[in-house]
This record gives sequence, structure tokens and C-alpha cells, in this order.
Amino acid sequence: MNLNLTPEQDLIIGMVRKFVREEIIPLEMNLDPDADELPAADKARLVEKTKEMGLYGLDIPPAYGGPDIDLVTRTLIAVEMSQHRAGLYAPCYGTFGGAGLAQLFEATDDQKERYLYPTLRGEKRGFFGLSEPSGGSDPARAIQTKAVQDGDDWVINGGKLWISGADRADFGLVFARTDSDQGRNGVTCFIVDTDTPGFHVRRIVHTLRSANYATELQFEDMRVPASNILGKLNRGFAIANDRLTRQRIPYAAGCIGVAIKAQEMALEYVPQRETFGAPLSSRQAIQWMLVDNDIDIKQSLWLTLEAASKAEQGEVFRKEAAMAKLVATEAGGRVVDRCMQMFGGLGVAKDLPFERWFREMRIRRIGEGPSEVQRHVIARELLGASLR
Amino acid sequence: MAIRLTKPWIPLEEGIAGLRGHLGVFQLADAQQQIVYIGFAGGNSLFGLRGEVTAMSKEIADSAFVRVEITTAYLSRYRELMMIHIADHGILPSANKLNKQPLTLGKMSPAG
Repeated sequence: MNLNLTPEQDLIIGMVRKFVREEIIPLEMNLDPDADELPAADKARLVEKTKEMGLYGLDIPPAYGGPDIDLVTRTLIAVEMSQHRAGLYAPCYGTFGGAGLAQLFEATDDQKERYLYPTLRGEKRGFFGLSEPSGGSDPARAIQTKAVQDGDDWVINGGKLWISGADRADFGLVFARTDSDQGRNGVTCFIVDTDTPGFHVRRIVHTLRSANYATELQFEDMRVPASNILGKLNRGFAIANDRLTRQRIPYAAGCIGVAIKAQEMALEYVPQRETFGAPLSSRQAIQWMLVDNDIDIKQSLWLTLEAASKAEQGEVFRKEAAMAKLVATEAGGRVVDRCMQMFGGLGVAKDLPFERWFREMRIRRIGEGPSEVQRHVIARELLGASLR
Repeated sequence: MAIRLTKPWIPLEEGIAGLRGHLGVFQLADAQQQIVYIGFAGGNSLFGLRGEVTAMSKEIADSAFVRVEITTAYLSRYRELMMIHIADHGILPSANKLNKQPLTLGKMSPAG
């Protein structure tokens, strides 16, 4: 087993690192500390750069025009892309593009024409509408939004909570209960245009983070044609579950990147800062914080790369993805917290990025399935489907 | 938390005198108490709300009243107030059209 980067990975990582340090961080100095977008002209310029680098649309499958980069390398890139102030929720401010909603690659040809291709061309934006006030980690039971068939249409009533990007989206994937007696086999995924009568973005849900905020949605007699069902009727759970599992890998990678950057800043700072006549780096209390950080970062990285490697090879990676998400989000929080402590007052000021990372990293232990759910997933894998 | 900012309007001079350096959002209104500007005091604002409201009230000649909301979620709240204004009036407040680097706004249909 060789844990070293391949020469190709080394080259790509070096390129992304240079991009973050020379293009993103200098621009970020002039933005609000909570900013999640670049001025339009800067973003357009940097998108051209990532295209020139051959790294635009990283997660788009090669068959649809994306660069042919394996998931382990993409995970390493995600770790690099998050190493700046906005990196956790707006890595490189979106200049590397995105895959849109990966579920659309399984759509019908007609749906691809209407939603996937415009998304890949940057003409349309989508959102993922799963979570409800009743929960999000257990979609089989939590989904109360209902869809009732009426002729060739389905009429949807209900609401969603914690939905990112819905206010700026042209369409979204909305999960609704289509058979109330069937649990996980009674949920269907609908593609919903946001200009459909009855679709409402009611409010922003203000949280610890200002960037990439969440919204609350309400559906009132929202009529959606049957041709907008994604996948099969009553089989939406598999779409939701697959997404939840896959998303855990880049989610972990972002936390690792921020932790690496925080540790790098601390390592630069502690030899310079003196207290009681000696640099902080000479204090054992500080040294142990740095050591614990390094261990936290390494274990998060290896678990996340293992999950990516299994996924890349087509193996079942549910347990590994849950472990990566669990460990990286918790470790990332500890690393940022220790770094703030080492920086003292500066650590909590908006002059430095730690306070933003601290707030946003706290959300990571809850978003995309809280730590307790990840432990539940792991336990189920260890003990079998029934834990009772 | 109420979605709309519904605090009473305060005459500008009195309002500014009561402000400190907090983070938050604010609205300026003309003599008829119609909103002419929505702004925020963020992490880069000198003297927070006091500094931003003072600066913008000098720039916007017809501003006569102010109301503020102190919040650390100033960016998401600012965007929300802007989207609500568009939902209610169909356009941005008159002085916001002059924003040099406007933030991207989405679309909301708030209840009530």
C-alpha cells in the first residue's frame, strides 16, 4: 500500500494550492469577513483560469464534459480548495464550477435537456429539497410533504427547511410522500420549477453562518407534471440516501482543508509571539495543542481518503463515509478551537478567519447528518440492519 | 424573529446618536417614511452601525429616518430584507440601485 501522492496528483494539488494562495486569498482580503461571493468580474476571470487549468466542473462525469479525475484526487483537491476564509461553505467561491445536482445524471433524456444540460452550461441552478421541520437524516420517516396524483399531474403540499440555494434556483429536487403506508418505499423525487404557482421561499433561516444560508420553503397546491418525477415513483428514498452518503466525503474534505490552514497559521504564529520572555512555541501547553491538531488532521485525512478510494472502486463505502464525516467534522472543530486559543484575542477577532471557521465548523457536526446519526450508520454496518 | 423589520422609525440625528459600533442591518427612510436604502454594518465597517448609518445618511440626501437591527448574521439578514423589499415593491430601494458591488439576491415570497 503506497500512501504517497502520484506525480500527477502532486502536480494538480500544487496547481490548486497556488491558485488558492495567489488568486483567492488576496481577493478575499478586500471582502467582508463573512462574504460568500466574489465580485462578478473577478469570478468570471477566475473561472476562465480554472478552465485553462482543466479543472472546471470537477465533479461532472467525463461523458458530460467534466475532467476525468478520480475521486481520491478530487477529494485531495477539495481539501486544498477550502484553505481560505470562506473555504468551508464557499470553496474558492465556486470558481471550479460544480456538478449541479448529481442525481440528474440519472434523469430521462427529456429531463436532461430541460435541467441537466442548462445546469452544466451554467444557465440554470438547482437545489436539493429533502429536510423538513420534522427532520432530514431519516427521510423515510421524516418526510411529511405530500404529493397526490391528479390526472397527469401531482399536487404537492407541505414544506421544507434548511434548504440552501432555493431562493436563487431555477428548479429543485423535492422529495414528497406519495404513499403514506410504505415508509421508505413511499417517497418520490420530483423536479420542481421554482416559478411553479404554489412554490414559495418564505424566509431565510439565520444561523451561525451568513454564507450559503438556508431557507424555508412552502408548497401550496403546487402542480407538477408526472414527467417531472426523477427516477421511479415511490423510489425517491434511494436517490436521497445515495446523495447523503456521497456528500459526506467532500463535506469531510472541506473540514480537513480548513483545519490544515488553521494549523499552518498557528505554526507560523507561535514562534513569533512571545509571553513572559519566551516564544509561545517553547511552551509545552502550546506544543501539545499543535501535536493534537496534527493527529486530528492526519486521522481525518486518511479516513476520508479511504472512503473516497472505496467509492472510486465501486465498493460499499457507507461506513467509511460516515466515519470520515464524523471524525473530520469533530476534529476540524477541535483544531480551529485550539488555534483560536493559541492566537488569544486575535483568534476571536474578525481580522482573522478563525472566528468564521469556528462558527461554521460547529454547523458541520450537525449538517449532512449529525455525529450521532453517523455513529448510528456505523453501528448498523457493524451489527447488521437491525440494532434491536 | 419577525421577517420584516418593523421597529419604529427614529429621526436620523436622534437615531445616530443612539447607535454604537455593533454589527447589524439598517434601513433609511425619507420624510414620508418610505424606505430609500437598506444597508449593513459588517466586519469591515469602521465603527459598525454608527459608522455606516452616518456615512450613508450623508450620501443619501433625502434620508430622514433610520431603524436598525443588531445581528451577527448581517449578510443573510441584509439579503433577506432586500428580497422582501423586492417582493413587496417590485424594485430595490431607490438608493440601493447605486450599490457599486451588489450582492446576488434570490427571490422570496414571504407570507403576510
